[in-house]
Amino acid sequence: MDAPLKRTPLYDLHVKAGARMVAFGGWEMPVQYTGIVEEHRAVRSAAGCFDVSHMGEFEASGPGALEALQYLTTNDVGALDVGQVQYSLLCNPDGGIVDDLTVYRLGPDRFMLTVNAANIAKDWAWVTEHSRRFAGAAWRDISTATALIAVQGPRAEALVGRLTATDLGRLGYYRFAEGTVAGTRAVISRTGYTGEDGFELYVPAEQAASLWTALLETGAGLGAVPVGLGARDTLRLEMRYCLYGNDIDETTNPLEAGLGWVVKPAKGDFIGREAIERVRAAGLRRRLVGLEVLEGVARHGHPVVADGRSIGVVTSGSYAPSVDRAIALAYVESGYATPGTDVGVEVRGRVRPARVVKTPFLPPRVKKG
Amino acid sequence: MANIPPELRYTREHEWARREGDRVRIGITDYAQQQLGDVVFVELPGVGARVTSHQSFGVVESVKSVSDLYAPMTGEVVEVNAELKANPALVNRDPYGQGWMILIRPSQPGEWDELLSAQQYETFIAQEGA
Repeated sequence: MDAPLKRTPLYDLHVKAGARMVAFGGWEMPVQYTGIVEEHRAVRSAAGCFDVSHMGEFEASGPGALEALQYLTTNDVGALDVGQVQYSLLCNPDGGIVDDLTVYRLGPDRFMLTVNAANIAKDWAWVTEHSRRFAGAAWRDISTATALIAVQGPRAEALVGRLTATDLGRLGYYRFAEGTVAGTRAVISRTGYTGEDGFELYVPAEQAASLWTALLETGAGLGAVPVGLGARDTLRLEMRYCLYGNDIDETTNPLEAGLGWVVKPAKGDFIGREAIERVRAAGLRRRLVGLEVLEGVARHGHPVVADGRSIGVVTSGSYAPSVDRAIALAYVESGYATPGTDVGVEVRGRVRPARVVKTPFLPPRVKKG
Repeated sequence: MANIPPELRYTREHEWARREGDRVRIGITDYAQQQLGDVVFVELPGVGARVTSHQSFGVVESVKSVSDLYAPMTGEVVEVNAELKANPALVNRDPYGQGWMILIRPSQPGEWDELLSAQQYETFIAQEGA
């Protein structure tokens, strides 16, 4: 039997706002409030507020925390300053991706990891089990106590700026500050999953509703709207950001997913390092590429064909409102991965024309520096 | 609230049918377009194709989902709404007008009487939504 769906602290506000609620990764989440395309456009042109409190947060602290994280994750945690954020991966010994995550350096010996909602239990077991050999690293799962609200879009700084004394102009991309937003203590992180400038605000769960309400009330005059998971997905897809469970999982390695930039073998040993280095030496069999689909809409699982045979599979696909066409991510054999290559996508038994294109599909507009 | 014009007939798969002389025009209901959200692609049969009642004659894709279109009646397609190719959002904007999908010549006119009336359809979606 399925476990009952979990709800974020904002559940009641979403229902009251008329959101359509759906099951996602074990959670009951808003997929849309007024419409996916409208919400998507609001984020690209003004600002959107996302409840992403379903995501998990772990804290690792103590004199052994850095060493443990270096062993667990693929990126170089030693290169992180206090106040800096890093995109990274947990890999298994075969080089498969256990999860993708962000790592925050809260202090010299204190870190926060933000992990995917559907993977919280798996990741918790993984990190605590595999860091046992490191003395002096204490783990805390603060997922339930922590709410997460993303504010994204060209007016995100104006909006959050009205509610905080923190100098946001000086907060660079993938940097964070601890401060107060709308009277709530918050980790203000200049990160996101949309390709727009914006913030992710980590706040105590019991303060989430008052922050959410303040953001939407203050944001109304700026064109800010609540945005559901539907537009979150189309926004991230246009940027070619991977979605765990769709584009990456334990059967995909970081190199073929195009995530080699967060794998740092020079830092020393970490789980999956040898396997990933073997893949690097042998060369990639397949690569995750962007597709423009010229007829219809390709979806997760549709075969990619060329020269009369299957050469890959679609991992994410949707109509993309800002590109104004159907786009997709797909693993294709390396010989077909060059932008400009014509391929087909088999949709409902018929091959539709598609083309490999450069990604991201749109240039990101995140804060520089 | 979904608009359910009283003069039309309906299916449990949320298509509507309108009798126009010896032909029947077909589309999806206001309730269906609300449930789908933004329609981004509509795949329809060509003129001359045969459609069979209760069987799929095409597909409508929204941003997030794919749904089959079911024929309310059996017959031959005599006209297709070509506008939907360039402007699938017409299905959202005007589901009973410019968002129509196909016009057929029914071969079994008796099937009309098996379709739901507006009142039956309203009851049906009220139960489905509950």
